[in-house]
Amino acid sequence: MIRSFRVLLCIAVLVSCAFAQTRLNGAGATFPYPIYSKWFNEYHNQHSDIEINYQSIGSGGGIRQVQAGTVDFGASDGPMTDQQIAESKVKVLHVPTVLGSVVPAYNIPGVSGEVKFTPDALAGIFLGKITKWNDKAITSVNPGVNFPDQSITVAHRSDGSGTTYIFTDYLSKVSPDWKNNVGKGTSVKWPVGIGGKGNEGVAGSIRQLPGSIGYIELIYALQNKIPFGSVQNSSKNFIKASLDSTTAAAVGVKMPADFRVSITNPPGKDAYPIASFTWLLVPTSPTDANKGKILKEYLFWMLDKGQTMTQALSYAPLPAQVVEMEKAAITKQIKP
Amino acid sequence: MSDSVDPMNSTEPLGKLQKPATAIPSMAQVSKERKTAASTVLQKIRTSHPRASRVPDAVFAVIILLSAISVFAIVVLVAWELIDKSRLSLHQFGIGFFYGHDWDPVAGSFGAMPFIYGTLVSSFLALLMAVPLSIGVAVYVTEMCPQRLRAIISFLVELLAAIPSVIYGLWGIFVLAPLLREYVEPFLARTLGWTGLFTGPMYGLGMLAAGIIMAIMVVPVIASITREVMTAVPQNQREAVLALGATRWEMIRMGVLRNARIGIVGGIILGLGRALGETMAVTMVIGNRPEIAKSLFAPGYTMASVIANEFTEATGDLYLSALVEIGLALFIVTLIVNALARLLVWSITGGTARVRA
Repeated sequence: MIRSFRVLLCIAVLVSCAFAQTRLNGAGATFPYPIYSKWFNEYHNQHSDIEINYQSIGSGGGIRQVQAGTVDFGASDGPMTDQQIAESKVKVLHVPTVLGSVVPAYNIPGVSGEVKFTPDALAGIFLGKITKWNDKAITSVNPGVNFPDQSITVAHRSDGSGTTYIFTDYLSKVSPDWKNNVGKGTSVKWPVGIGGKGNEGVAGSIRQLPGSIGYIELIYALQNKIPFGSVQNSSKNFIKASLDSTTAAAVGVKMPADFRVSITNPPGKDAYPIASFTWLLVPTSPTDANKGKILKEYLFWMLDKGQTMTQALSYAPLPAQVVEMEKAAITKQIKP
Repeated sequence: MSDSVDPMNSTEPLGKLQKPATAIPSMAQVSKERKTAASTVLQKIRTSHPRASRVPDAVFAVIILLSAISVFAIVVLVAWELIDKSRLSLHQFGIGFFYGHDWDPVAGSFGAMPFIYGTLVSSFLALLMAVPLSIGVAVYVTEMCPQRLRAIISFLVELLAAIPSVIYGLWGIFVLAPLLREYVEPFLARTLGWTGLFTGPMYGLGMLAAGIIMAIMVVPVIASITREVMTAVPQNQREAVLALGATRWEMIRMGVLRNARIGIVGGIILGLGRALGETMAVTMVIGNRPEIAKSLFAPGYTMASVIANEFTEATGDLYLSALVEIGLALFIVTLIVNALARLLVWSITGGTARVRA
């Protein structure tokens, strides 16, 4: 018994020696988790001595852990606020990784086609000011669609999430009323509606309730084949969310040096207006120089090879000029 | 304690002295004999193993003392941690936090009242439905059920307890909510709408759905405890009541339920505990809206749900602190509810019996 235990122990030690690994730990956002785990896995396959662990504990946790220095990198769906940066002992670089967007999904009895939404209509619905589907704000831009005289039920996320942040960030930009009364955040005080947990909770509510509307991630809608509407962008074009129109949203935006930028309601005639980057939060002067070097190499790999893998998982890749800017910033700012 | 001796060390004298004990003379005699036997044995052990004698006893005493103290320690630590981590919010809002109605993470304004209300009302609703049902199940199983059916029903009740709460939640969204919306809620609105409890838009999801889901989850807890307690009622109690000419229902009421009532209340308290703390299933069906509405059709929110929902993405110290304070509120509410339940038991039993729950 003891002997076999010893043998096992020896094997375990040998195995761990054979794969003498550098292990990087990260934590944060749940939204990009599928693509991150694909990247980290693929990178491990190509560099068997490097293992990157990622825990999808939420953006808030990602920011807190990187501030406390308990992880090698963090991840967040929203950029850190000025206050958070001021309070943080660890200086971090925001590295955009992929893009995601949020779409309005609905269940209107008798309406099967695509419904177009103006920013005013969306804000009005979620503020509880537009209460019927045959309201003029909706019907006037959807000629030919026969809306029923049914009251609107709003479904929103009950859990704090980056999806809510992107959606409320958008509404705050297009509606002063929303900005003053509700504002933007991972959880907000919703004027109307019922809360569902996660994308699946909101999608479930929409499917169950005739006359309902809610917002879900584009990826979730695509993977589950949930129909969704198009939204009018700043050039007055109605754009349906897709990977291309999401990437287009990031093209016209003037990128600040620290990459903390909101790209909702961006300029550009093909841009889908409810989109956002998601970021890795990388300490600029890592405590462990070796780990810092490895992480830097990984980031370059992610921006080159990694970007080609995004589409298979329904994430929108970064525009080329953003990739170039990021590479320059990583080379310059991250000093292991 | 002195007569707990290991017989392995002293087979001979014990064997000799045990004989009269098996003949059962008088109690005083037995205890006297035991004492002499024990002291003889102890003396023998002490002389042969001078140091070993008291050590196991002492170790045992320390270990059980530690496990008893650890319960206190855990409760105190939990309370201390909750107070410590919610200091920011306690300082900011004071006592007003507990009756504040506003929950606005963007503006940084927090109040716990809608969550306290939601937790209490949904748990109360759950008990309202679960208690009669579980007592009915228990009475049937122990008193009236054919032997073969008994095993099946008991098994099914216990199976209910083993289903994970997320499954209840999914079932709630996809089966219960449409059922409520299409049939039950319109019926309630027609017949009982005048009470004001069943009015407004019918989503299916809401306080009523949460109450029903929790009732189903609480039934196995109350039913199986009630069944155990009722089985423990001595048979002669039943026979005595029947011998006085009681009907079957009277026998169950006076002979069984009356005797088992303390245990039943204990089971209800345990069920209530589960209802107060239930998170996943409730958050999936309650509609998650921090609002105090009279109608049971309206969505609500519970304390456990808001913590589970918002904790991971809570950025900002005050926000986090407010969520921890919700945890503190839940802790306090649970304490108060349990204390009230105990008072209730005391009033039922006339202050003599003690609750075992």
